[in-house]
Amino acid sequence: MSKQPAKPKKKNPLSTAESRAALVRVLAYIRPYRLFVAASLLVAAGSVAAQLYIPLLCGDAIDLMVGPGQVDRAGVWGIIMEILVVMALAALAQWVLSVCNNKITFSVTRDLRNDAIHKIQSLPLSYLDSHPAGDIVSRMVADVDTFADGLLMGFTQLFTGVLTIFGTLLFMFRENVLISLVVVLITPLSLVVASFISSHTYGYFHRQSAVRGEQTALVNEMIEGQKVVQAFGHEAESLAAFDEVNERLADVSLKATFFSSLTNPATRFVNNIVYAGVGLVGAFYAAAGGITIGQLSVFLSYANQYAKPFNEISGVVTELQNALACAARVFALLDAEDQTPEAPDAVTLQPDGRVALEDVSFRYLPDRPLIEHFTLKVKPGQRVAIVGPTGCGKTTLINLLMRFYDVDGGAISVAGTDIRNTTRASLRGSYGMVLQDTWLRAGTVRENIAYGRPDATDEEIVAAAKAAHAHSFIRRLPDGYDTVLSENGGNISQGQKQLLCIARVMLCLPPMLILDEATSSIDTRTEVRIQKAFANMMEGRTSFIVAHRLSTIREADVILVMQDGKIVEQGTHDKLLAQGGFYAKLYNSQFEGV
Amino acid sequence: MNRMFSYLNGYKKESVIAPLFKMLEACFDLLVPLVMADIVNVGIASGDAGYILARCGLLLLLAMVGLGCSVTAQYFSAKAAVGYATALRHAVFAHIQSLSFSELDTIGVSTLITRMTSDINLVQGGLNMFLRLFLRSPFVVVGAMVCAFTVNVRAALIFVVTIPALSVVVFTLMAVTSPLYKKVQGGLDKVLGLTRENLTGVRVVRAFGKEAAETERFEATNARLTGLQLKVGQLSALSNPLTYLLINLAIVALLWTGAIEINVGGMASGDLIALVNYMNQILVELVKLANLIVQISKALASAGRVQAVLETKPGMAFPQAVAGPAQLPADRAGEAVRFDHVGLTYAGAGAPSLTGITFTARQGETIGVIGGTGAGKSSLVSLIPRFYDATEGAVELFGRPAGAWPRELLRGRVATVMQKAQLFTGTIRSNLLWGSRTASDQELWAALETAQAADFVRAKPLGLDEPVEQGGRNFSGGQRQRLTIARALVAKPDILILDDSASALDFATDAALRKAIAALPGEMTVFIVSQRAASLQHADRIIVLDDGHMVGCGTHSELLDRCPVYQEIYASQFKKPSELAKGGVRA
Repeated sequence: MSKQPAKPKKKNPLSTAESRAALVRVLAYIRPYRLFVAASLLVAAGSVAAQLYIPLLCGDAIDLMVGPGQVDRAGVWGIIMEILVVMALAALAQWVLSVCNNKITFSVTRDLRNDAIHKIQSLPLSYLDSHPAGDIVSRMVADVDTFADGLLMGFTQLFTGVLTIFGTLLFMFRENVLISLVVVLITPLSLVVASFISSHTYGYFHRQSAVRGEQTALVNEMIEGQKVVQAFGHEAESLAAFDEVNERLADVSLKATFFSSLTNPATRFVNNIVYAGVGLVGAFYAAAGGITIGQLSVFLSYANQYAKPFNEISGVVTELQNALACAARVFALLDAEDQTPEAPDAVTLQPDGRVALEDVSFRYLPDRPLIEHFTLKVKPGQRVAIVGPTGCGKTTLINLLMRFYDVDGGAISVAGTDIRNTTRASLRGSYGMVLQDTWLRAGTVRENIAYGRPDATDEEIVAAAKAAHAHSFIRRLPDGYDTVLSENGGNISQGQKQLLCIARVMLCLPPMLILDEATSSIDTRTEVRIQKAFANMMEGRTSFIVAHRLSTIREADVILVMQDGKIVEQGTHDKLLAQGGFYAKLYNSQFEGV
Repeated sequence: MNRMFSYLNGYKKESVIAPLFKMLEACFDLLVPLVMADIVNVGIASGDAGYILARCGLLLLLAMVGLGCSVTAQYFSAKAAVGYATALRHAVFAHIQSLSFSELDTIGVSTLITRMTSDINLVQGGLNMFLRLFLRSPFVVVGAMVCAFTVNVRAALIFVVTIPALSVVVFTLMAVTSPLYKKVQGGLDKVLGLTRENLTGVRVVRAFGKEAAETERFEATNARLTGLQLKVGQLSALSNPLTYLLINLAIVALLWTGAIEINVGGMASGDLIALVNYMNQILVELVKLANLIVQISKALASAGRVQAVLETKPGMAFPQAVAGPAQLPADRAGEAVRFDHVGLTYAGAGAPSLTGITFTARQGETIGVIGGTGAGKSSLVSLIPRFYDATEGAVELFGRPAGAWPRELLRGRVATVMQKAQLFTGTIRSNLLWGSRTASDQELWAALETAQAADFVRAKPLGLDEPVEQGGRNFSGGQRQRLTIARALVAKPDILILDDSASALDFATDAALRKAIAALPGEMTVFIVSQRAASLQHADRIIVLDDGHMVGCGTHSELLDRCPVYQEIYASQFKKPSELAKGGVRA
């Protein structure tokens, strides 16, 4: 997967009300920078006025050069001085404008991203579990980026564009009404032509992206399965399937590329017509003495300039709509409901090893009951093992113990206190947790082991690694404990990641433990060794162990056998085997030979 | 780059016509100010209405011819660019088919996918822009200067100074800011990475109560990104004002020269208007050129990445026909696989994955392969279908060296079921037919029965025609594994390799599967790779691997007697932990 998510595709356009709501919130984000906005608007007006004034001055200068011997050089010199001053001011204004706009845009996007990360930290797990990480990442990165682009373009071009149009009109009509009318009437034609072309190419682009998507899917599948393709000698068929899509793509891509590239020639053509029209009407006027040559030159340069802001504005409007749609997606994230706030009188938990579940009921989906009326009392130092087939709700129990999710009915208490009345930090701090899903951060091995205790000494870190049987492989890494792991430990094996996660917990040694398939990716020989370390660690600690392999849980004090979210059996290994129920069946099936 | 250009061969005509017509269009554009100068100098001065009309008609004509030229150019350049990209995509895809596993590992699947898709798209866009604009812009800049010389030599000298000055400003800023933009991209990647970490690791973050620390870390990274963005922003904010200043300075110079020249009759006022117009055209083109260069350098970078794939040589050659003597030595009769002191070191790896492996598997035998994570189990079996070549020793199949078999024949006789159960978009039937294109429905069902997949396929509303979505995601992991096993069985191979391919099956189904495979008629040799000792107990022989070395080879009971590693593996899965604690295991 590439690190950078693709720019968001064209999202469904927002309704007017949604756009307005998004706009209001964007404005609220801009509010702290309103001084910069004021400055930006001011200098934009100045820069537009100066830019429009210069052709006028040029025209005046040309009028002072009527012909041989009829040149007012002192007058021209004066105008030149004036131009120099005006252009210096215009340049300065342009620079200040860019700087202000950058400041506003990048500050707003920074604030937006910071708000989003705060939000992520306080969202309930139920939200994060049900929304793909990729989607949230794309909101925070790609959407905010597109929003920034749109905002910057909007600030830089929208206001100056509008001002330029009105300024040009003002200046032109003051000089000559008829020629102005020629410009004003013909120029919008380029807009009509451009929108005609773009509306007709839209279909081709749509089809192009559909076929492209089809091709990407095929490429993804075939190349990911390349080894299977080769193992079955399927190369020729794959290539034929690819070529079929490739030919279709070529066809639709040619049309899309060609028709969309007509916009520029067409608008240029219209501009040339405007130019010819101004030349025609202007020349007759000038010949009749209605206007001067200088004034004609002013019109000619305005005619060249006038179409530009129109084209820009139409671009900016689409861009802004897109930016608002992106902003709305970010706001949707920011508006998601927070996890239940901590009770004002929440106490700091003092764990003593007692955990009790009383009549607990829980379901992820309202119509799908999962855990119903479940009661369990765990004495200090007991080991509770949870077994059962995939998807039976083992992990759910852990979600509830850690209070990643709140129970729907009943209560869970630790040391006699309902966990909803304790602070989340103290509850979670009481458990050491190793999950099947091994998460490591991009950083060194040392940083990762010390994640829970950044102040740990090197000796403590090495001791934890040794206890987790991770020390020997860490030493063999290129830079030992300073080896930098790529994001989510991409450069070490799954089993090694699991060992690091175990070391991470070994360093903290909290009073209670949760091991969720903690050794699923480690081969059974190494596992036996780690089990000893776990056994030491669990000594005197209340522990919850979820395991797929039954070999890991035989020693538990209580084994909970779960099936379809319900506890179907409960007892020690020997007792359950003797019962000859579901557990016995599960346990014996692993020894069945051919 | 030669190889990259060769795909343009079919589009030579288009690649010449497109820029040619673009240049023609530019010529007509350059004529416009000259015609306008005539209108001012001659038409207005003499008040000749006919002349003015004729010249304005000429302007219209120029506009239309220009439109015609540029539409032609756009068409041919689109055709060349799209055609080129299509040919390139085909070539890259075909090339990937010819690469061996070793090269696929080195390049990496995700890289290949991006190069096939977004990189080639960028190349297509870049080529299109190149054909349309790259010649046009310099042509207009130079052409405007040449036209200026035809108008007035002294004024034209101002162009000679201005053009290099403008180029220096535009290209220096570009050179300074482009590495900074890369840094901004890097900063953005960091923000992205942290965001993703916080989401994927949310349980760990919260379990360790690190929410505040993570937020702080994010905000610091975010602030660095903003700082970089502002810095680049400040620099690139210079570009507009500076070019604006330069152009206006040049215009001022033109006005002053004009004042002098007109005064002595060396120039008319229409000429001055034309010169100012040329100056503005140059500015527009230079800015376009700068943007174009950014785009083209991106496209070139992409082209380089695509080329790297094309230049990767397939590391394995297969003979067209079975090599070697027709008659095999008698001592090789009945042999399926023979490994003779085989070693394997993967490309780019520091240490060997297999060392000194020697064994012989006879036709009809079942061989188990067991060992811990990373012991080399998959590496061993991947040498049999020649996915990799042994870097030491010799691998023989049916009495001949593995390298003596043509690709199709070899892969037809050896079927592999890989760890990752990979299905392809289509139907169950189309997936099974990968094993053998000509298999009948009866044969497909028989394979499904053996693979313990017939029941759930039968339960599907469309049976064999049940659609399979991308990668088979509409089936559970266990179902996918059984379908891939069935796919291999359809091939009716002489050697079947099950590379830990029953890991998602429960013990009972796993056992039934092994029983059914053992009951198949014929002399199929079966290799079963597994971590579970129970799955291999009944194999004719079990190869025990430890860190790439073969530390045992024999039947279950033999190994249990004399192979310490096997004893340990077995004990870890079967003995009671209480016995382990008592030291029942020799570590």
